[in-house]
Amino acid sequence: MIKDEELQTSKATRRASMSDYLSPRARAIPPSGIRRFFDLVSASKDVITLGVGEPDFVTPWHVREACVYSLETGKTQYTSNSGTPELREAIGQYMNDRFHVEYDPAKEILVTVGGSEAIDLALRALISPGDEVLVPEPCYISYSPITALGGGVPVGIETFAKDQFKLTAESLKASITPKSKLLILCYPSNPTGAIMTYEDWLPIAKIVEENDLIVISDEIYAELSYSGNHVSFASLPGMKDRTIVVSGFSKAFAMTGWRMGYACGHPDLINAMLKIHQYTVMCAPVMGQVAALEALTNGMDEMKRMVESYNQRRRLVVKGFTEIGLECHEPQGAFYAFPSIKSTGLSSETFAERLLMEAKVAAVPGNVFGKGGEGYLRCSYATSVSQLTEALDKIGNFVHKIKMS
Amino acid sequence: MEKLKTDILELLKEDARRSPDLIATMLDVPEAEVTQAIQELEKDHVIVKYATVVNWSKVSDEKVTALIEVQITPERGRGFEGIAERIYLYPEVKSVYLMSGAYDLLVEVEGKTLKDVASFVSNKLSPIDAVLSTKTFFILKKYKQDGIIFEDYEDDQRLLISP
Repeated sequence: MIKDEELQTSKATRRASMSDYLSPRARAIPPSGIRRFFDLVSASKDVITLGVGEPDFVTPWHVREACVYSLETGKTQYTSNSGTPELREAIGQYMNDRFHVEYDPAKEILVTVGGSEAIDLALRALISPGDEVLVPEPCYISYSPITALGGGVPVGIETFAKDQFKLTAESLKASITPKSKLLILCYPSNPTGAIMTYEDWLPIAKIVEENDLIVISDEIYAELSYSGNHVSFASLPGMKDRTIVVSGFSKAFAMTGWRMGYACGHPDLINAMLKIHQYTVMCAPVMGQVAALEALTNGMDEMKRMVESYNQRRRLVVKGFTEIGLECHEPQGAFYAFPSIKSTGLSSETFAERLLMEAKVAAVPGNVFGKGGEGYLRCSYATSVSQLTEALDKIGNFVHKIKMS
Repeated sequence: MEKLKTDILELLKEDARRSPDLIATMLDVPEAEVTQAIQELEKDHVIVKYATVVNWSKVSDEKVTALIEVQITPERGRGFEGIAERIYLYPEVKSVYLMSGAYDLLVEVEGKTLKDVASFVSNKLSPIDAVLSTKTFFILKKYKQDGIIFEDYEDDQRLLISP
């Protein structure tokens, strides 16, 4: 946490370099661990990458075409701050149909610039300096830095392969202090592929209730659930008012570059987020909103086909890692496998770097995703079957070489 | 079994070289079931052939392809079948479809040169008694065939690493 006196910038002395002008909070945010690895990979040639956190499908043509048509007809204006009424209506319908949570499109749904903006808004709206924000880890890389930017204190809760990287009631309970205010959940999980079932959720919901926590539930991978339907945290008894569901179109509808997301929650919370949203971005881009509406209206079959295709590749990759001799818990959501590389004796960073240099395969070292990520490797299977097969062969040879030496 | 067969066909349609082992893993079923299903599909001629989709325009000895609309008089008792057979037995003929609408058969003919195809139409196809008329359209460029886009304009454009 940053102390208040550190936030005061001295005007008495002239600053020696441009970076001295930066706010202490901006300076304190660590650079993304993925960034360094990205530079390394970009400098290498002929690499098969399992490092991509987005679908390998291009946005379905009917969705792209809807956007092109809307541009042709001159739909280029601001929309309502919270998003077009049609899109909010469709999101409300979708949340109800798929996850059995009812939201009022007029007051409880906010269309954002990607799920990322929704997370930022929720944290900004809720955090006071010193508030503790509970984050099960390994997890998506942005929760802790944004929490810190708002003066909150991220508290990582380690999850383990032996629990299939699920959040357990015991570890949640052990991390709660009187300062705990928020819990950020991301299931299905990036990077572990872990999911939470209804039974897994119940004890968590009980603790949330007992400790009066607010939950930000990042459900961006909800549709990518491979053993039964996704259970939204908001659908649990008593949890709807305590939960801000964050989601978007990127993963399920292959629309990452469109930056279309949304938040659903209690009108008081959504309204506060809307205030920040209208001052910072006005509204999500109209062309993206048109495309998102088309995806929800006519894109469900194609979405399900894409999900089935990930599922087929998921089985292939899990079997591949097991055959190679890298222990891999079965990921039941998202499109990541998270095999353990501990048997090689290498750290995640070293393993990933050497895999890149010696086998020309890129994957993300698990340690960048926080506590409990060391000793693992995030491998995205949103890549063609032939590339996956080749990558698995190369990883197999590499691991064999290391274990022999 | 029917669902499994459909799933297998879809995977093979994407890539006919996929092994039963790979398909079994992807569909989470025993390999023996996949092997048996494929054998049945082959026996029943559901899987007719494992062929390669070729973009001949990238090969030096280029081919000329024409689509020909053919109007015919159906034969008593056999309808279009007999005439269709007389046409499709020629090796130059790549495909024959019975169509609804203004003409009866759509015939795809392939030759080495324009002259080849023209001579097939005038010497082989048109002289058939039942053939009333033909209209020949030469294909200038193939963009997409059997669901496969020939120009790979949608290459993977993703960043190599993203969170």
